[in-house]
Amino acid sequence: MKQVYSRPKSLKEAHFHYCPGCGHGIINRLIAEVIDEMGLREKAICVAPAGCGMLIYNYFDMDTLESAHGRGAAVATGIKRVRPDNLVFSYQGDGDLAAIGTAEGFHAANRGELITVIFVNNGVYGMTGGQMAPTTLSKQVTTTTPYGRDTVLAGHPVRICEVFAVLDGTSYLERVAVNKPAAIIKAKKAIAKAFQHQLDKTGFSLVEILSPCPTNWKMNSVEACKWIDEVMSKKFPIGLVKEVKC
Amino acid sequence: MNGNAALGEAAVLAGCACYFGYPITPQNELTEYMAKRMPETGGVFIQSESEIAAINMVLGASVAGARAMTSSSSPGMSLKQEGISYLAADELPAVVVNMVRGGPGMGNISPAQSDYMQATRGGGHGDYKTIVLAPGSVQELTEIVPLAFELADEYRNPVVILGDGMLGQMMEPVSFDNIKPPKVYPKDYILTGAHGRPSRMVRSLLFDTKEEEEHNWKLFRKYQRIEQNEVRYETFMMEDADMAAIAYGIGARIVRGAIKRLRQENLKIGMIRPITLWPFPAKIIQETVKKVSDFFVFEMSTGQMVEDVKLSLEGKGHIHFYGRPGGVIPTPIELYRIISRHYYQARRRKKQ
Repeated sequence: MKQVYSRPKSLKEAHFHYCPGCGHGIINRLIAEVIDEMGLREKAICVAPAGCGMLIYNYFDMDTLESAHGRGAAVATGIKRVRPDNLVFSYQGDGDLAAIGTAEGFHAANRGELITVIFVNNGVYGMTGGQMAPTTLSKQVTTTTPYGRDTVLAGHPVRICEVFAVLDGTSYLERVAVNKPAAIIKAKKAIAKAFQHQLDKTGFSLVEILSPCPTNWKMNSVEACKWIDEVMSKKFPIGLVKEVKC
Repeated sequence: MNGNAALGEAAVLAGCACYFGYPITPQNELTEYMAKRMPETGGVFIQSESEIAAINMVLGASVAGARAMTSSSSPGMSLKQEGISYLAADELPAVVVNMVRGGPGMGNISPAQSDYMQATRGGGHGDYKTIVLAPGSVQELTEIVPLAFELADEYRNPVVILGDGMLGQMMEPVSFDNIKPPKVYPKDYILTGAHGRPSRMVRSLLFDTKEEEEHNWKLFRKYQRIEQNEVRYETFMMEDADMAAIAYGIGARIVRGAIKRLRQENLKIGMIRPITLWPFPAKIIQETVKKVSDFFVFEMSTGQMVEDVKLSLEGKGHIHFYGRPGGVIPTPIELYRIISRHYYQARRRKKQ
């Protein structure tokens, strides 16, 4: 019998710790599949974040380093400059990249570091219990915006892809989602493309992935996936934001 | 050469392959020197967007297997503490230079020794230690840099070189002849891509409480090993001394000038100069107090190392402390007057 589906080689035999309906598990798997298909498992060095994605070193069967909250792009810079022939990517959440690590991400992008950032945007701080993130939508209720995010008091949702697009060092920026099969297929293609940009040395590449967080959004999984289409993607439009041809 | 540039050249000769830094006075000559020398030697230079980014680039370069260095001065060192804590927790080698300036806060750019506590107590969060080396001349600076890289690699721990604005800026003749090619240490932990071997992970997050405790004990045992093996100090005219001055770095250099003058008047003063501030040379102080009852401690701070002297003496002996909190450095003549006053006080007390 022909086997059509199995665990990617780049994933260890471990159970994900993520909540039911969370997008991290899908994204972890997509990265592993892409790395398998591109034959990069023995070249890859992954920089893990703080937050829900921090335990990816328990899942990815490749060289992995943990970084302090927000510092992923700086750490990845140090690795890549020493090992230019490796595939170096950081996995970062929205608090990580758009709040505490804005400077590190922005300047790595501006220098055109040949690294890839997998940027998981679920609009909240997941691991710490659902507080407001820089990407939290206007009027969205979180534990630290109990009356809904008031943009006059708390600022506006940050659109990282659009901000990074103006930087000359960036070569590939795409926003995708993992809330339905068709979107997941596109997300996988975007991850592969971002890695290819790194291998082709065109510049800094980043894939922003809109990802459901049913636990902190106080929704069931189906509602969370719908919410990405109906609400979240209005502020964060899905699609290619920038591509500099190789 | 000035101290900062000499430090840079010594680092290059010691095999430093990566330098990441952010400008701050009084250590800019080092960043500028590395900007020129790193490309010449095929190394990496990045002027980072912040001190935080610089130390995290060091972490990345270190985990990738390169000898990496960053440098800063006091306010910048505060920003680096997060990364230093991670380096220590991950057991990664790195050399971090602090050319201390007056503080706290912005302070000013004049020399000081007021970061002693931050350097020797870990500085960042958690139970960890950094080896701290305190050179007292430009020549010694060039000798301490290769040592710092060797110790960092041997113990897989960050090493801090604690200088000050004066040491960084002063010009002295230097020789680099004694710098040997770097030793090769086992690099079985570095990340190179899992080619032909099982994948590796470098991390400090240990969810299992027992694992976390064991990791902290493991680090503790390493620090004990360092305390046993790596204490360094120099003594000066201690053979017949009945009072021991204790000072480090540039402070010790000024005290040495004062002692020479005091000796002309037959005041029997010698000096113990700690070269490693952590591990602190407690044993030599404990041995000295068996023969010498009075200790004069000078620091360019309001009193930080003096606490280590107190801990070393364990209640024995008499401490005479004189501190200046940075900004103005006393001259050897000023210290000569101060030390002689303490010396005669001690003599009167002993007679009573």
